[in-house]
Amino acid sequence: MSIDILMPALSPTMEEGTLAKWLVKEGDTVSSGDVLAEIETDKATMELESINDGKVAKILVPEGTEGVKVNAVIARLVEEGESAEAGEAKPAPKAPKAEAKAEAPVKAEAKAAAKAAPVAQDPEIPAGTEMVEMTVREALRDAMAEEMRRDGKVFLMGEEVGQYQGAYKVSQGLLEEFGDKRVIDTPITEHGFTGLGVGAAMAGLKPIVEFMTFNFAMQAIDHIINSAAKTRYMSGGMISVPIVFRGPNGFASRVAAQHSQCYASWYGHVPGLKVVAPYSAADAKGLLKSAIRDPNPVVFLEQELLYGRKFEVPKLDDYTVPIGKAKVVREGKDVTLISFSYTMLAVLDAAEKLAAEGIDAEVIDLRTIRPLDAETLVASVKKTNRAVVVEQGWTAYGVTSEVSSVLMEQAFDWLDAPVLRVGGADVPMPYAASLEKVAIVQPEDVVKAVKTVCYKA
Amino acid sequence: MPSKKPATKSRQRAALTSAPPPYKAKPKELLEFYREMLLVRRFEERAGQMYGMGLIGGFCHLYIGQEAVITGVRSAMKDGDSLITAYRDHGHILAVGTNPNAVMAELTGRSGGVSKGKGGSMHMFDRKANFYGGHGIVGAQIPLGAGIAFAHKYNGDGGVSVTFFGDGAANQGQVYEAFNMAELWQLPVLFIIENNQYAMGTSVERSSSETHFYKRGASFRIPGYEVDGMDVLAVRAAAEDGIDFVRSGNGPIILEMKTYRYRGHSMSDPAKYRTRDEVQKMRTDHDPIDHLGETLVSTGAATEDDLKAIDREIKDIVSDAADFAQDSPEPDAAELFTEVYA
Repeated sequence: MSIDILMPALSPTMEEGTLAKWLVKEGDTVSSGDVLAEIETDKATMELESINDGKVAKILVPEGTEGVKVNAVIARLVEEGESAEAGEAKPAPKAPKAEAKAEAPVKAEAKAAAKAAPVAQDPEIPAGTEMVEMTVREALRDAMAEEMRRDGKVFLMGEEVGQYQGAYKVSQGLLEEFGDKRVIDTPITEHGFTGLGVGAAMAGLKPIVEFMTFNFAMQAIDHIINSAAKTRYMSGGMISVPIVFRGPNGFASRVAAQHSQCYASWYGHVPGLKVVAPYSAADAKGLLKSAIRDPNPVVFLEQELLYGRKFEVPKLDDYTVPIGKAKVVREGKDVTLISFSYTMLAVLDAAEKLAAEGIDAEVIDLRTIRPLDAETLVASVKKTNRAVVVEQGWTAYGVTSEVSSVLMEQAFDWLDAPVLRVGGADVPMPYAASLEKVAIVQPEDVVKAVKTVCYKA
Repeated sequence: MPSKKPATKSRQRAALTSAPPPYKAKPKELLEFYREMLLVRRFEERAGQMYGMGLIGGFCHLYIGQEAVITGVRSAMKDGDSLITAYRDHGHILAVGTNPNAVMAELTGRSGGVSKGKGGSMHMFDRKANFYGGHGIVGAQIPLGAGIAFAHKYNGDGGVSVTFFGDGAANQGQVYEAFNMAELWQLPVLFIIENNQYAMGTSVERSSSETHFYKRGASFRIPGYEVDGMDVLAVRAAAEDGIDFVRSGNGPIILEMKTYRYRGHSMSDPAKYRTRDEVQKMRTDHDPIDHLGETLVSTGAATEDDLKAIDREIKDIVSDAADFAQDSPEPDAAELFTEVYA
């Protein structure tokens, strides 16, 4: 009886990987615990161990193959003494699909949608600029590397940013290029290293403080708010704090309540901070470069589930995106959809579904949470007369609530329906896949809200 | 950050278990210490009086009794060194040479204040003098001070960060996070614990399982010792010793200054947690200014008349500061929205 070896999921978000190397060959005898192969993901290289004793009967996926789907059969074991052909393939006991493969929770054909949609010419990109495809992860790394080359006062500190190459591989290669004076592995000590970074900024350096995720920044929030955001004001303008706090924020897959929360509204509340939350790789790059140059403390909210997504990024020597400018990513006339970061996926998908039903949605990516680009939002609503605001976090006291208020205050006479908010369910994030799916914003939720404001529900 | 240990040029680490002998000051230096301590004392007395008149609002933490600490430490620092402390900061900003007028005007919340009236008593800064505040959150200045030390090391400018905190702050968790990184990365930071024996109204014995705060660095291999914080010469000698150790690239050291505040924690202090006798005894037997005055006279470095002349000079400075602080206009309403962002 043979046993199938399947391509494993090595992280909650992995959908496919590279079979980097086989450490066994056909005919080899293996025991449980033996390393069979090395699997490479966009985050890390991991070893695949056998969980059975037996003989390698057949290697079905040669080493060096990229894009091997999770759960694909990559090799077959037989019991000692059996022939390779013995029996039909019988998969090793495996967990139900939903668990073994954490699929990207919002099924988004959004990328295609974004491309197909009518998009305004981006004023930040000169006409005729060559575009290259890269992941958000690579764009963030390039932004840091470019700014570190440009200014010797810029340095990166955080947990696992150096030798480990970044817990989410964002800082890959930076230690090698800039050395351990400028790429600093910290102990697990958020409160302490955040305060240390802020002190260094007061003294004139330009630190980039990476939080492994923003959930852990709660340990350090006193320094972000009391020490970083308020010092310039309290000192009558004498002491500035040019620092970037960055890392993944918001929904993450199957990690439950303490590791899956959006902090955009928390930081958006605080004068003295700037808060940025990009969706695309181009914006991630351009905004991070702007954030590093900004003389104020900037909270830069990334998204783990966007890190591996590819977007077109302009090939320019010094591409920056101004902080405080929203972007119309899809033009439309019937309703304005406003969102940022992860829920742009659901919103762009919803816009396509709505188009199929004859509703022409304009989609705006906020990109910056504070200062809010009210002008762009109001101009759009004056055109469409309806708005739905979407965020990954809780809507209560949230970014969507703030945007709704601004629209009510500044565009009341142009609104034909109350502005609706769509956000994550008002509960701590559940672990179970079935519950998690209904806790996060799905395109259908957005579609439903749009139909309500268009009185087509 | 590379954490290699350089050769020790200063006192050997193993020897750093007790304070060095008191500083042998020249007569001129003694007079300068006397003058500086008296300025802080008279300034604070006047601030207390003005608070009582309703000219100063909010919290106002007076430094009276602790003057020898900042005076002795500051005298051992060099240009280019940095200083940061908590909210009991009036003495520290005066010691770095900031104009007393601007300090008092900050207390009254006027536009002529060091922070243009936007910071108040607890948030004094003087960037030119490398004085980084003035921080209102107990313990927050300790990682900030380590960060300033990080910048000195990063820039290779030879500067030292002198980071002050109290016995109360010494029980905050972030202190130990900062200790760990400061030693791990050999940061040039001198930690000065001003142990005035009460965290607000809670005595050291009632708040701390280890009451010898200089030992608190032991788990991080940071040396430290206790210093008589009521004796400016003892403070000066220890600060020189500590700064030398730190500047030579040995990483941090902790100096615990045993001191005492005569006044309440802030202005509305019920004073139920200690006796009047205890305070009086400290004033009578250990006052740093009286003690130095007696030394000056008994050694012939100064006469009673010399001291009276200094007293008059200081009174004039403080009176001018009080006048300035009341005459300086309140900030214009248009200032409300300035300096939030650079």
